[in-house]
Amino acid sequence: MIEVEDLWRTYEMGGHALHALRGVNEVIEDGSHVAIMGPSGSGKSTLLNLLGCLDSPTRGQYKLAGQDVAELSGDALAEIRLHRIGFIFQSFHLVPRLTALQNVELPMIFAGLHPGERRERAEVALVSVDLADRAGHRPNELSGGQKQRVAIARATVMGPGLLLADEPTGNLDSRTGAQVLDLLGRLHDEGRTLVVVTHDPGVARRADRVLVLRDGEIVRRVSGDEVTDLGSLFSSVEDADKVSEQAVQKVGR
Amino acid sequence: MTLVDLLQFAGNALLQNRRRSALSLVGVSIGVVAVVSLTAIGEGGIRFVADQFSSLGASVVIIAPGRNETTGGIPRGIGGIPNDLTLRDSIILERRIQSVRHSVPISVSTDTISFGQRSRNVPIIGATSDFQRLQKLEVASGQFLPEGEADRGDSVVVLGHTVAKELFAAGNPLGMTVRIGGWRMRVIGVLAMRGTQLGMQVDESVFIAVATSMRMANRSSVSRIMLELYPKADPDRAIEQVKKLLIERHDEEDFTCISQDAVLESLSSIIRTIALAIVGIAAISLAVAGIGIMNVMLVSVSERSAEVGLLKAIGATRRQILGVFLVEAATLSMLGGLLGLAAGTGLVLLGNQLYPAVDAATPIWAIVAVMILSLGTGVGFGVLPAWRAANLDPVAALQGH
Ligand SMILES: Nc1ncnc2c1ncn2[C@@H]1O[C@H](COP(=O)(O)OP(=O)(O)O)[C@@H](O)[C@H]1O
Ligand SMILES: [Mg+2]
Repeated sequence: MIEVEDLWRTYEMGGHALHALRGVNEVIEDGSHVAIMGPSGSGKSTLLNLLGCLDSPTRGQYKLAGQDVAELSGDALAEIRLHRIGFIFQSFHLVPRLTALQNVELPMIFAGLHPGERRERAEVALVSVDLADRAGHRPNELSGGQKQRVAIARATVMGPGLLLADEPTGNLDSRTGAQVLDLLGRLHDEGRTLVVVTHDPGVARRADRVLVLRDGEIVRRVSGDEVTDLGSLFSSVEDADKVSEQAVQKVGR
Repeated sequence: MTLVDLLQFAGNALLQNRRRSALSLVGVSIGVVAVVSLTAIGEGGIRFVADQFSSLGASVVIIAPGRNETTGGIPRGIGGIPNDLTLRDSIILERRIQSVRHSVPISVSTDTISFGQRSRNVPIIGATSDFQRLQKLEVASGQFLPEGEADRGDSVVVLGHTVAKELFAAGNPLGMTVRIGGWRMRVIGVLAMRGTQLGMQVDESVFIAVATSMRMANRSSVSRIMLELYPKADPDRAIEQVKKLLIERHDEEDFTCISQDAVLESLSSIIRTIALAIVGIAAISLAVAGIGIMNVMLVSVSERSAEVGLLKAIGATRRQILGVFLVEAATLSMLGGLLGLAAGTGLVLLGNQLYPAVDAATPIWAIVAVMILSLGTGVGFGVLPAWRAANLDPVAALQGH
């Protein structure tokens, strides 16, 4: 379970303070599926990075499975990222010189698993994302959707209970994007907690709950079913326009 | 994460940037080549010098006229009759001093040797029969100077290899009469080819009895006296006795007495000092190469900051990331070291082909030292970049800055 209380994240920008998050409160139960929406710069990635123990809050408390994260050492946080959290990024972040299989093996290297076991588990993970035949390919030989599926195999290979995806379909067309979403949906159905940052109402609609961020604050909480169009989500027309504009740009690319 | 994993990861990363890796690797190689070849030349030089001094098993003491200037003595001849070394000195040294097996007086001059129309200016070395063994001279035909007292002055000559060839071409010189200065001498032997040797060109010289040589040059003194000691004799004690005896005879210390071991030792130590100084310079070049590695690694870390961020996101600890980049730097420098070792050894082997006289071989200590040094270079200069990588803020790194 994730418990966040009065979470602030402030950047010092040349003398004046920039509040990326201003007092976020939220509880995310195990096994739930949460989407985070909001205009660009509203603090979505900042919140996700905090939940993933990649960043630490300026103020407030974050408890992961009852443990106050602020009390943990750097090594303990690395351990949590290794075993309990899987990250999925908009730009995939595959290591370009390594093959798909080697990319999936990467977390297991840092976990100190034996090469034989590593290989076996990486192969199984690639099969589960339907890329067994691309194991020996390097990222530049894969399509965007394939890259993201390799990244998902890498994020899940250590068996984490929490998946954090930051605009996972942001660089994909709608067809491959849908494949990736189906895959994430399946991983959620298997019992994992899934938190997805997105601009796409279609993505948000799949979630149990949608958090709407604005200027570092959660301004609305709705259920996924309530997301019909962007206008229904955002209180101001400006925000809705901004978000839909970004969504169109992403798809148009 | 095992060392094998680290090496694999490092190798992969280095291969991605082949040209840059190769350049910094060559930097290390150059330093290592310098160390490997220069120490080889140093050691070869020492061995060369040692070989030049006869390794009879017995030690040799050399007496030269005149006080060694460095001792700050009064110049010879001032305040007294000059007492040069004489044949008599040589004979008495051999008779009176127990540890002296043979005393060989040597008189060196130059003169023209001729046979028929051919003539040539050559060093004339006056010596005794024992000189052959002392200098390990090999006779190709005939014999060396006959045995007998030093003051015996036969009119016979032994020719060096080149001299014999030039005067007689393919003919047999044995028994023929040559002219040296105004003197007629019978050729009784020809030496085998010797090649260049420190201090004496055996092939270009001729050898005659020391007494004859002195008579020819109208001299009463000899240039050197070489004493061959018995194998078990203590050279320091022998030198003491020689000094005492000669001072008694000359009334002053107007000669210099050194053991061959001492000469060899000081020559070797000079060569070794020079070699070490050069190795020092080579070590500095390794340090320069280390700075090159540091630069390459710093660039690599900043280029790969997104990768570092990712490694942190998937659970790599700071120590593991430190290890990744340290091993990368160490791999670079170690490969550079091995490459340099191979190239340096090749160079030494090539040098030995070209100059067989100097049998150069890199000493083991130098190989071990230079390998440790190049590994140390990589690790030492890799610390800063690796530290920087390990301490990157993962969120900023993932965003690529
Ligand atoms: N490393 C940083 N330094 C300074 N400001 C930052 C940094 N990261 C994010 N911000 C600022 O924090 C705010 C929230 O950013 P972010 O969480 O990335 O927004 P979103 O993901 O919703 O687009 C933005 O105003 C952004 O400019
Ligand atoms: Mg973002």
